Amino acid sequence: MIPLSHFLTLGAVLFLIGAAGVLMRRNVIIILLSIELMLNAVNVTLIGFSRQWADLSGQVFAIFVIAVAACEAAVGLAILISLNRDKTVMNVDEVNLLKW
Amino acid sequence: MELPFFYLFSAGIVITSLFMITRSNVIHAALLLVLTFFFLAGLFVLAGAEFLAAVQVLIYSGGIMVLYLFSIMLMNVQVAVRIRQWHRQRFFAILILLVLGFEIWSVLGKGVFPKMKVWPWKLGATPGNVEALGSVLYTKFVFPFEVVSILLLASMIGAIVLAKKKIDS
Repeated sequence: MIPLSHFLTLGAVLFLIGAAGVLMRRNVIIILLSIELMLNAVNVTLIGFSRQWADLSGQVFAIFVIAVAACEAAVGLAILISLNRDKTVMNVDEVNLLKW
Repeated sequence: MELPFFYLFSAGIVITSLFMITRSNVIHAALLLVLTFFFLAGLFVLAGAEFLAAVQVLIYSGGIMVLYLFSIMLMNVQVAVRIRQWHRQRFFAILILLVLGFEIWSVLGKGVFPKMKVWPWKLGATPGNVEALGSVLYTKFVFPFEVVSILLLASMIGAIVLAKKKIDS
């Protein structure tokens, strides 16, 4: 029998690893992959709670999270491809079009 | 019997994700994330979410990560491997992560959770995970479901507009 705290701890650790990837890496693709990791950490938490209460709402929301992750991946990669059209831009600190 | 498998899967998840955020080659990172998703699917099976485990493997590993890999192949990755990998703000990043971790830890430490309930299909009341999920998704959550379909359409159009070539007129 797995206690709920195990699921919550795993979700928190996974979220922190994803946040570390977003904040500390320069590569845009690694940052997008780390965002996917953070969304999955939320899924782990939702499914842990869903199991604890035997309520399917958590799993339904996990499905919605996966759909939103697909949208985010599509738009993020489209932005990345349009950035890479003229010259190769792979680092977030080189993208400064909106900086004043 | 569940607990050793939980520890096995969570060790796999944490190790592969730690490797993922430290790779300099993005293809290795994407493949490690696929491995993470497979471990997560195993965890979902343990938690009684069989449909989500299948979705995790089919949609996440098979759809989204393949999209990532195709986009990586379209871009010039070899340039990105040779340069400095870590951001200059990493001291502040570690600070923020410590604060965030302390917040999560303090909230988790205080939580009091009720006793675990058993899934209704384990007692023989409803047919199973997939059927129960479908009947909830298409009755109680039908409006969010439709909103998600509009969101998918909007992001698809947005991705096409962003990624298409400029046509000189």
